[in-house]
Amino acid sequence: MNLDFDIIGRTFPYLWNGFLYTVQLTAIAAVGGLFFGTFLALGRLSPIKPLSLVAAGYVNLMRSIPLVLVLFWFFFLMPTVLQLITGGERPPQIGAERTAIITFIMFEAAYFCEIMRAGIQSIAKGQVHSAYALGLTYGQAMRLVILPQAFRNMIPLILTQTIILFQDTSLVYVISATDFTGAASKVAQRDGRLIEMYTFVAAVYFVLCYVLSYAVKLLQRKIAVIR
Amino acid sequence: MNKLLDWRIFFQELPGGGEQYWQLIVSGIYWTLAVSACAWVIALVIGSVIGTIRTTQHPWLVRAGNAWVELFRNIPLLVQMFLWYFVIPEFIPPLKAWIIASAPAHAQFIAAVLCLGLFTSARVAEQVRAGIQSLPRGQRNAGMAVGLTELQVYRFVLLPMAFRIVIPPLTSETMNLIKNSSIALTIGLAELTFRSREMGEYTFRFFEAFSAATLIYIAIGMTANRVMAFVEKRVAVPGFIASGGK
Repeated sequence: MNLDFDIIGRTFPYLWNGFLYTVQLTAIAAVGGLFFGTFLALGRLSPIKPLSLVAAGYVNLMRSIPLVLVLFWFFFLMPTVLQLITGGERPPQIGAERTAIITFIMFEAAYFCEIMRAGIQSIAKGQVHSAYALGLTYGQAMRLVILPQAFRNMIPLILTQTIILFQDTSLVYVISATDFTGAASKVAQRDGRLIEMYTFVAAVYFVLCYVLSYAVKLLQRKIAVIR
Repeated sequence: MNKLLDWRIFFQELPGGGEQYWQLIVSGIYWTLAVSACAWVIALVIGSVIGTIRTTQHPWLVRAGNAWVELFRNIPLLVQMFLWYFVIPEFIPPLKAWIIASAPAHAQFIAAVLCLGLFTSARVAEQVRAGIQSLPRGQRNAGMAVGLTELQVYRFVLLPMAFRIVIPPLTSETMNLIKNSSIALTIGLAELTFRSREMGEYTFRFFEAFSAATLIYIAIGMTANRVMAFVEKRVAVPGFIASGGK
């Protein structure tokens, strides 16, 4: 067996672009997922029955089917839905990369919802009551009192979920988007260098995720001391 | 046939003839269940051993167990799948010869089972370790005090309680495993998601095909959930909230 690890150097700009897309997708999906996930969590905890039912139904649906299937769903539905919205003659072409971003925001929102729900529920009830007693509205109480604390309590979980998300973004491979894994796989198949490319990808992911989860562990210890 | 939705599509024959589309989907369900079941057994056995040795007093065993968990947790499952299918056989010539000689489905199945089994074993190990460590320290000490060996303490005192405690987290790992088995489609294994996409491509009825797959995943997940809840109830130790079930 002859190995040619130089191929990584030769194709580095292409791999780097793929890696940048992976990071971009992770960041956008994490921020967007957290944003919509927080609203979903407020919906699930809302006393308005239909609202909490819809939010719970959405979250449970997303959590009970595989991410690969969710990617296929969005990849196939998105052009049709956009056509309905824009009312155009034919479905707009938005490409695998943008489809993946929307899919991951929608998918991660369900997971971040559960984290934020736990965070909100970890805040003492008295805080809500005292916020209302001060004359704050629901929106103000949530925005100024409850959510900042819930968010802070859940930072380690949110970061851990983001690391999982970082790994999961490799699945955009199934809709042929060129993320880090996708770029490596395209090079591997073009040049018949599967061993070198996949070992390299595995090593990069391992080092990054190991260091990041170690950092989260340290942060967790630090936050625990402050509380 | 130009209706927006047409559920009769499942009873239409494939282009090759003979089979109908619902049979295609059912063959996918078989593979999903077979891969998940085999991988689950591997994950449970190896995960229990690794999780247990991480709670012992032997530093090298603990380190080896931790390394195992970190290794499988920090590489995306998709990349692990590629490693098992494309890379590892290259380093074992007899294995590669066997793969070339046998049907592709066999090699795909074995790679997927090993990949999912070992990946899930790392997660099971985390749960088992947490379960053992959640037991009061006095239990281990009491076991030692009545003269049990370390193995006996685990066998008769710690593990029987720990396994009951970890049933709920193991339930969600089981459901994750079933969902993760869909990643095997990337190495060509014809499981449920693969078959539903195939049906969509043949008929251009993606909505019907993906709806079927979605409902089937929900049904399989709920069944697994109920089975585990039943086990949890059956093995509950009276008087313990942690193992009481609902």
